[in-house]
Amino acid sequence: MYKYASPKNFYALAGRLIPWLGTITLLLFVFGLYLGLYVAPPDYQQGDSYRIMFIHVPAAWMSMFIYVMMAGAGLVGLVWNIKLADMLATASAPIGASLTLMALVTGSLWGKPTWGTYWVWDARLTSELLLFFLYMGFMALQAAIDDPRRSARAGAVLALVGVVDIPIIHFSVVWWNTLHQPASIGSLGRIVSPTIYPSMLHPLLIMSIAFFVFYFTVVLIRMRGEILARERHTGWVTQIVRSGMETQGKFP
Amino acid sequence: MKARHKKLFLIIGGVAVLTVASLLILNAFRNNLVFYFTPTQILAGKAPIHSVFRVGGLVEKGSIKKSGGGLTVDFVVTDLHKAIRVHYHGILPDLFRAGQGVVCQGRLNARGQFIADQVLAKHDAKYMPPEVAQELKDHGGSTTQVDPAPQSYRP
Repeated sequence: MYKYASPKNFYALAGRLIPWLGTITLLLFVFGLYLGLYVAPPDYQQGDSYRIMFIHVPAAWMSMFIYVMMAGAGLVGLVWNIKLADMLATASAPIGASLTLMALVTGSLWGKPTWGTYWVWDARLTSELLLFFLYMGFMALQAAIDDPRRSARAGAVLALVGVVDIPIIHFSVVWWNTLHQPASIGSLGRIVSPTIYPSMLHPLLIMSIAFFVFYFTVVLIRMRGEILARERHTGWVTQIVRSGMETQGKFP
Repeated sequence: MKARHKKLFLIIGGVAVLTVASLLILNAFRNNLVFYFTPTQILAGKAPIHSVFRVGGLVEKGSIKKSGGGLTVDFVVTDLHKAIRVHYHGILPDLFRAGQGVVCQGRLNARGQFIADQVLAKHDAKYMPPEVAQELKDHGGSTTQVDPAPQSYRP
């Protein structure tokens, strides 16, 4: 286990995992979209427009999950000084930001036909927008500090402060009157009996797993990039770069 | 206690204090964070009735009256306890129908009628195929309300 905590071994392990995870992601996306766009019936009220849910809901879930991963990795990096944890946090931020933006945009496109408006300043939408700004702030802060250790620490503190927003997003539809409807699944009472018909629920769950595996695939790819960048002065990275250039014929 | 553990507890404690503080602040602003008021709250004087605000509830069945080529509509918004008459001129969202949750923005006039300048539909967290909804209807079940027998409706 500890063997893989060293960047060099992790680099190799991630390299072996990525093709498998990528294949699983692709298969899950194809299967989930097939079920969601062809097999699932139209909704009794919304017709076909509800199908954007199969992108919107997993993207929104992942936007929160990735933030928690980022804050958790930040905490581990702060306390135990583990470089890989810092890299995980740094590598997660752009993925989380993209999925938050995706949740906001798809939600907006869904809002127009169902609610009658693209955007309202209700508690759910506003707190999710705040999450997007937190991601952007994290990335801007890290980019502004050159020293990797100080950059990681500053980012971790920001991520940990911002983690307060996660329960607010989740419970916003419970605590306050919002235009956004309450959760169909995921809240405690609804795990047993979700208010989504099974043939609509299954594609949603498969798409959620697809987004989940997608995140791990991309985060591993990004972490490998981070490792190469941070360890670029070490012997093993020089060797990789050299052999890579040899295969491309650029390095005689 | 090792310095490392001290650091860990400090951070966790800090985040916990921050969470509690923000939740207390949000709780204090509770009335300003709600997106709409229910008819019961409005009639109890809890809404800022002298400025623009929003009322939310169900469109009462059989209360929709359209005039002026269908663009002017009068209906009643209810939370199953109290109700408020709403007057609106404009385009309604597709989901607007009797029994559906709506949120209307506007102000109350002197006669207690709500003059809306925006009507938004609110959908519940239910998704099902049309056939299933029809079947539920045929067997006396309701599709438009969140609970089978709601005490009061919070759309």
